[in-house]
Amino acid sequence: MDIVVCVKHVPETAEAELKIDSTGKNIEKTGLVYDINEWDDYALEEAVRIKEKQGGTVTAITIGTEDFDSTLRKCLARGADAAIRLTDPKFQGSDAYATAKILHSIIKNLHCDLILCGLQAGDDGSAAVGTILAQLLGVPHATMVKKLELCTGTAKVNRELEGGLEEILEIKLPALFAVSTGINEPRYVSIMGIRKAMQKEIKVLGLADTGLTEAYVGEAGSWLKTEKLYVPPVEKQAEFLKGTPDEVATKIAELLKSRGLI
Amino acid sequence: MTAIFVLAEHRQGIIRDITYEMLTKAHEIAQKTNTELTAVILGKSAKEKAKPLTEYAQKVLIIEDQKLENFTSDAYQKVLSTLIKEHKPLLTLIGHTSYGIDLAPRLATELNIPLATDCIDLAFEGGTFTVTRQMYGGKVNTTATARKAQSYMATIRQAAFQPQKPQPPANGQIIEQPSPLTEEAATKRFIEYVLPPPGGVDITAADKLVGIGRGIKDQANMPQMEEFAKTIGAVLACSRPIVDKGWLSNDRQVGSSGKTVKPKLYIALGISGAFQHVLGMKNSDLIIAINKDPNAPIFSFSDYGVVEDLFKIVPALKNKINELKIQK
Ligand SMILES: Cc1cc2nc3c(=O)[nH]c(=O)nc-3n(C[C@H](O)[C@H](O)[C@H](O)COP(=O)(O)OP(=O)(O)OC[C@H]3O[C@@H](n4cnc5c(N)ncnc54)[C@H](O)[C@@H]3O)c2cc1C
Repeated sequence: MDIVVCVKHVPETAEAELKIDSTGKNIEKTGLVYDINEWDDYALEEAVRIKEKQGGTVTAITIGTEDFDSTLRKCLARGADAAIRLTDPKFQGSDAYATAKILHSIIKNLHCDLILCGLQAGDDGSAAVGTILAQLLGVPHATMVKKLELCTGTAKVNRELEGGLEEILEIKLPALFAVSTGINEPRYVSIMGIRKAMQKEIKVLGLADTGLTEAYVGEAGSWLKTEKLYVPPVEKQAEFLKGTPDEVATKIAELLKSRGLI
Repeated sequence: MTAIFVLAEHRQGIIRDITYEMLTKAHEIAQKTNTELTAVILGKSAKEKAKPLTEYAQKVLIIEDQKLENFTSDAYQKVLSTLIKEHKPLLTLIGHTSYGIDLAPRLATELNIPLATDCIDLAFEGGTFTVTRQMYGGKVNTTATARKAQSYMATIRQAAFQPQKPQPPANGQIIEQPSPLTEEAATKRFIEYVLPPPGGVDITAADKLVGIGRGIKDQANMPQMEEFAKTIGAVLACSRPIVDKGWLSNDRQVGSSGKTVKPKLYIALGISGAFQHVLGMKNSDLIIAINKDPNAPIFSFSDYGVVEDLFKIVPALKNKINELKIQK
């Protein structure tokens, strides 16, 4: 089974202080730590597990600048056999649609039985690239995949709905699956593993290799254009309890007591 | 008159809240753009469910077909692409739910209609379709504009709009259309629903919950959290990453893909406040959040906040409460 996995290199922002940059259309990226997108991490793991069981190859593909190589290296260290990075200044400003177009231009020429991606990326949270890509490739798909079982010619997938409810679907292969977190437990990669992966080649391709014209990529090829970023207005703000940990603890304890909660 | 389409979402006979939330927003847009609000409902016996939709929409389009008994995105895509080609609505709204996420991007691609996903607001400003979305787990908002088109599509975040029945009710007209689905073999087949396993802990029944998130960092810290919850007489609940890592079972998860809770007290420890989590706990009576990031979105949904390392507050608070208990 030959598998293509789409991955993205994203900043870790849960604990970082985010500032809007001078263009007003992006966040200040300096100082942020990047890693493989959380959802893609699970997609890659799923691909490698399938390969280990059934044989075949895993190819990781991303769109981005040279620093995205560290995420591809992580994929190689985890068990991907090949890595492709698509890069071109003209790709800047691509939304989910243009991104899927670019990925499609290359993936359509690769042999694959399965395409895996993360349900969404932690930065823009569109949850759309995989599904658009499936339509462009003309293969069936399922999103929010929590369990994947491959049979001959078909796959049985569990999709998560809400509140713990799931549905089981049977889908013809080749297909694309956008996976949820928790579908597996991504393995740990050792520094040694990453070092070894340093020797593997990353294939770098540009706009000319995609066969697309400028009109199909970047802002020109996008459905959506970002106008501005801003810190969300606060509708209701918590009352902040200040002081030393002991003082804060006293305040909380008194609060709970006064409400009869302890 | 062109229309605004709202796709009614339903499962196992029940119309889901997102439908009314979208209809409420769409009603406002329809008035401003002088378009006709049209609810679209697909299903095996969709007609039975159309009545409440007529209170919101001027028209309710019904497609009945045995093959639409359970949602599959490919059957829905075929029906909706036929309807959109025929009626050419200015805008189609679909929920950013497990159904909409599976359907909308593919449908929009087939029709080449600009799509904005997970919108928390939308408007036509000077003829330009403009949406508000969130990025970076809710830490940043973005305004985006769609490229000019005849027709647009958006998926709408759950609970972004408060449902409100128009007064007087719209008294919409019910229109049935034939199903365009043929006997051709589907690439996707619905097999069954799987309910979460029974038993386990019922966090929805607890008066007090301590919700732990990725901020607790290490599984080795779990006993400390359990201990803390016990001290205040609370049940331990969590955000999704804790379940994904296998530190707690999924009956403890709060949020859109977990449980919706409404305890008297919810203490959030090291939880950022992503909307999928907030959806499950924002109606708790008293919410206290402890997070070292002053800009964590959780603080916008809490009554009280502490900007501090949770590992400093938790032991101090545990001691204080133990002291109070002794005094009694
Ligand atoms: C379809 C879908 C469904 C989902 N369903 C759910 C759901 O049901 N429930 C759910 O919870 N999530 C759900 N999610 C995931 C959700 O989007 C977030 O990723 C998740 O809620 C984040 O969990 P978290 O807040 O624990 O982690 P993070 O976002 O990583 O936040 C960790 C927080 O801990 C703080 N912190 C770190 N160290 C400390 C310290 N020492 N002291 C104090 N604070 C600290 C950080 O500042 C940060 O704010 C869903 C996502 C998708 C796409």
